[in-house]
Amino acid sequence: MSGEEFVPLSLTPLLIGTFAAIACALPGNFLVLRKQALIGDAISHVVLPGIVVAFLLTGTISTWPMMLGAAGAAVVAVVLIEAVRRLGQIEAGAAMGVVFTTMFAAGVLLLEQTDTSTVHLDVEHALYGNLESLIWLDAVGWSSVLDPVALAGLPPELPRIALTLLGVSVFVWLFWRPLKISTFDEGFARTIGVRTGVLGMALVITAAIAAVAAFDAVGSIIVIAMFICPPAAARMMTNRLETQIAWSIIFAILSAVSGYVLAGYGPLWLGAADAVSAAGMIATMSGLILALTALWGPCRTRAGAPGTA
Amino acid sequence: MLWDALTLQLGYNATLVAIGATLLGISAGVTGTFLFLRKRALVSDAISHATLPGVCLGFMVLVALGGDGRNLIGLLAGSAVSAWIGLLCMNWLTRHTRLAEDAAIGAILSVFFGLGIVLLTVIQTMGVGRQAGLEGFLLGSTAGMLWADALVIAIGGAATLLLVMIIRRPMTMVAFDPEYAAARGLPVHRIDLAMMGLVMAVTVVGLKIVGLILIVALLIIPPVTARFWTDRSDRVVLLAGLAGGLAGYLGAAMSASAPNLPTGPIIVLVSFGFFALSLLLAPVRGVLAAVLRHLRFQRRVHIRQGLLALAQGQKIYEPLTLRLLRRAGLARADGVATETGKARAAKALRDERRWEIVRADQMHEATAALYDGLRDIETVLTQDQIAEIDRQIGGPQEVPA
Repeated sequence: MSGEEFVPLSLTPLLIGTFAAIACALPGNFLVLRKQALIGDAISHVVLPGIVVAFLLTGTISTWPMMLGAAGAAVVAVVLIEAVRRLGQIEAGAAMGVVFTTMFAAGVLLLEQTDTSTVHLDVEHALYGNLESLIWLDAVGWSSVLDPVALAGLPPELPRIALTLLGVSVFVWLFWRPLKISTFDEGFARTIGVRTGVLGMALVITAAIAAVAAFDAVGSIIVIAMFICPPAAARMMTNRLETQIAWSIIFAILSAVSGYVLAGYGPLWLGAADAVSAAGMIATMSGLILALTALWGPCRTRAGAPGTA
Repeated sequence: MLWDALTLQLGYNATLVAIGATLLGISAGVTGTFLFLRKRALVSDAISHATLPGVCLGFMVLVALGGDGRNLIGLLAGSAVSAWIGLLCMNWLTRHTRLAEDAAIGAILSVFFGLGIVLLTVIQTMGVGRQAGLEGFLLGSTAGMLWADALVIAIGGAATLLLVMIIRRPMTMVAFDPEYAAARGLPVHRIDLAMMGLVMAVTVVGLKIVGLILIVALLIIPPVTARFWTDRSDRVVLLAGLAGGLAGYLGAAMSASAPNLPTGPIIVLVSFGFFALSLLLAPVRGVLAAVLRHLRFQRRVHIRQGLLALAQGQKIYEPLTLRLLRRAGLARADGVATETGKARAAKALRDERRWEIVRADQMHEATAALYDGLRDIETVLTQDQIAEIDRQIGGPQEVPA
């Protein structure tokens, strides 16, 4: 394919998808190891009421209030889950189920009650985003990548998700040692003075920020898939955290790129006329990678001894 | 308007939906209880999301066979198949790989849902033009419910309920103590699968009314609500069924009473209302009960400490203690004991001394373990024992001035 076609139509969605995938997979590694994988699921459900409330308050579809609303909803959800768990002495999973389904239901109800016919805000969009529409119309070819005039016309999602990815990476890099220690041995982390409660909360909030930024660009289904599938697949490949994170990034990139390409061009190769949902395809590809590693990954079994099944 | 809806006066469709939602609520509450007691509540999330590819494939097959793609039985059969595959994958992941259950749930949920969305877009481009109903399975759509649909839901719900009743004893045992169940010779793994199968059945039946995202709420919230009110598993099952059925009925009625009130979310919110009330008001496990318990305990501690202080002639500085003593008629506003106060204080001091003897005596070891500074000694020792202790203490001694 020529650059004239690729750069405006596919480069930006591809980059946004990849950045979103990595930004979610990075904190996902720790969440999976801490058995908090479903936090991502909960967050991506409560984003909906968050953006609806933000829309009701501001009356416009603008990005920053909505992202703030979504982040606020995520924090409210985390606090509520903790409150329900402690006050009701309920197991964490059930507490999570109570909170996120209720908030999601409230979001759907609010959405139905408001007149959103004039604006583009609906549940389907929230679920599977619209990666394909994030095209870069100002580009004419590879030369545009260095052209400041054309760069000004980049879809705003791209710098935002790039910034989020940078923020998440910096967080993981700065808190690498305490994160690693507290993930594997919380008691030991406390004895050497790590404030594990604060750190755990910071991790969840980082995950929430990544989820909200990614959600804005690609919809919530990729968010859940990328929080869990690449880290889980990476977990089957190695016993070392550093290697696991490297693998998870590779898997995230692989699913984003292959998913996007298959969604965009796969149906054409098969003779169909139209593309399918890129978000869904990326999630499917990440599942395929997970399935392959679960079947043949060197460290797939619980004992962790390579080669034994 | 709401009253009309509650008494099923709002027409044919509203009545169908209300009956269907009630039955669904009962069977979801009852089935969900076992899931909740087994501490696997969120498995239902994976199962429900895994129905989507099946719905789409079912639609495609039906259309390919030249039929109407919206045949509910066909779609539900498809969703059951894909949910079952998702369930088996999830079980395999947790049993044969190192992944914990939550990661397996999340992986199955997102991948199956993603695949479902891919299939949904494929259907949209098939140009059949009849796919509009499929999005309804995400959030439920009761507007166009037919008599046949209601019948499917009613029969499915009733069958699930019957199956739950048949295998409830082994399921309860597995939920509480899987090792013991295995030792008794029960096939724990198969019972777990049966439990999941029932959850899957409820999910599939509920797709039409509340949709696959919110059916999870009907499986989780009523059991959690019921758990507040009782510690007996059979009653939790009963109450969960009741809470679920009531939420279904009220929710369906409310959604029929005004425009723009989608059935599924309303049912979930009503259900959550029950949960919130239970969380606050339940007799033993509720927040209010806990607060009252704490306050009562605090009061006892303060009065006890105040009485001991009075008996030893110490001044009371703590305002709460003073207030409590005054309200009980044991002390005056200036902190001087009344006649009853003096008597009670002397008794408190004597009891404390009795406890000291008890705790020093090896013979009373078991009793001494009950000492917490508040317990009345009469409740743990007989009159004879107390008299014996009093003999050791001796007669009244000089009270400090």
